[in-house]
Amino acid sequence: MPDSAGSAITAIDVTKTYGDFTALAGVSIHVQPGECLAILGPNGAGKTTLTEILEGYRDRDSGEVSVLGVDPGKPNPAWKAKIGIVLQQASDMADLTVGETITHFAKYYPNPANVDEVIGAVGLVEKVNARNGKLSGGQRRRLDVALGIIGNPEVLFLDEPTTGFDPEARREFWVLIDRLKSEGTTILLTTHYLDEAQYLADRVAVIARGRIVAQGVPDSIGDRNNAIVSWTNNGREFTESTAEPTAFVQQLATQFSGEIPQLSVRRASLEDAYLELIAQDRDTNGGDHS
Amino acid sequence: MSALRMGLGRIGIELKQFFRDRESAVFNFLLPMILLVIFGSVFGGQELGDSGITFAQYFVAGMIASGILYTSFQNLAISIPMEREDGTLKRLQGTPMPRSAYFIGKIGMVFVAYIAQVTILIAVGVIFYGIDLPTTSVAIFTFIWVSVLGLIAWTLLGIAYSVVPRQGKGAAALVSPVVLVLQFTSGVFFVFSDLPQWMQTFASLFPLKWLTQAMRSVFLPDTAAAMEVAGSFELGMTAVVLVIWIGIGAVLATVFFRWTPRGAN
Repeated sequence: MPDSAGSAITAIDVTKTYGDFTALAGVSIHVQPGECLAILGPNGAGKTTLTEILEGYRDRDSGEVSVLGVDPGKPNPAWKAKIGIVLQQASDMADLTVGETITHFAKYYPNPANVDEVIGAVGLVEKVNARNGKLSGGQRRRLDVALGIIGNPEVLFLDEPTTGFDPEARREFWVLIDRLKSEGTTILLTTHYLDEAQYLADRVAVIARGRIVAQGVPDSIGDRNNAIVSWTNNGREFTESTAEPTAFVQQLATQFSGEIPQLSVRRASLEDAYLELIAQDRDTNGGDHS
Repeated sequence: MSALRMGLGRIGIELKQFFRDRESAVFNFLLPMILLVIFGSVFGGQELGDSGITFAQYFVAGMIASGILYTSFQNLAISIPMEREDGTLKRLQGTPMPRSAYFIGKIGMVFVAYIAQVTILIAVGVIFYGIDLPTTSVAIFTFIWVSVLGLIAWTLLGIAYSVVPRQGKGAAALVSPVVLVLQFTSGVFFVFSDLPQWMQTFASLFPLKWLTQAMRSVFLPDTAAAMEVAGSFELGMTAVVLVIWIGIGAVLATVFFRWTPRGAN
């Protein structure tokens, strides 16, 4: 059930302070039904505060918030049944088994997913009788995801879901999230991994110091027309971000007799654009909060 | 998808966690039995005055009353702060499960654990120390209503007290002194009428003294009433005190219970 503006998730000018610290200084985001928005930003930038306001865990100081047409500050059970939440890493319920936990949580929801299918989807079939406390970090995280999706949510919040995954587990996790997306689940993802945002997100929002500093499809973030040229000189590494790499390399070649050592030219990635945005934010605001 | 059904479902989950967690199983479930064996072995055969009642008989009544305290108050006041700290409560808060279902699960777990504990305590008392079991239906009825009221009162107080420990790790250190002081002053480890009067007055403010006294009415012969301070087991007063504490516990638990640690918002 989207709100009047057609969004599954809407936040308008949301602020939140803790004492003297401004966690959110007026943040606005919109997520369309079925869309995946990734929120990127350094530690302390306000990602978790924003996510927890949208999940209904925290109060905001001001601003408008709506998730599936409901103010998360006034949650009700019917609304909670349509929301799936994967919090940051957890270690609770260590003495229950994987199967017991997922089977039990399914009973909280009016329209749960099939327990065996969910266990299969998160790849925990072989661990179904293992105690939660005996799982590896990545397995434990997949259990958290299973509990987040067992209620067949319309909106799924994923807060740093793949922290501690090995590369293969991360790929498998992406496939799982892709499947949920294709089934129409709206997803709000916070992550430290730029490749994860690039792969999963339809749009990304970069948050720094409690403000959105860039928002758009992953390929549009920052100055993506630039190329990154890197080379070495007498053992020192150099990189240059430039909109005219051909001219730059020609000019650079005149400084060397023959080959430019370790030369590489590549398109700016989301990570390059992100790092540049964060660096710019630091320069313009002075000091370092994160 | 009613709160009651979810709550009943939570009882099984709560019991699994209670018995699988080794510390909780030892501290809340086995401890009264260990104490019964120790005290029973040392003092069990001694007669109280010339009453014909052994200390073992007196002590079993006190240990069963303490069992109410262990399985409800001590258990919840330690486990809820841990659940708050490790994120169990935060996770539950994010689901459609209502708060009442969580409480139903806790109360059900407490009742089942208590029934199991009392059964074993009585078996140990009968087999090793020759305890006499109540035979009259009046005594059995007293045992049931005293247990039920006591469990409800101490469960609510345990939920309320669970906000006192700021961290799960140190919770036991803040809970067990309360339990021990009440046990020493309420006539569990010592004969209540032998205690100094100020201690008796202090203990009379709290439910444990009334629970142990009522359990003595169940497990001791009627003649033992003369040994009580009031000259009777005061069952009417016990009911009044327990109902008052259920009221206090309900208010405190409702006002103070929280899903997240203090300072988390």
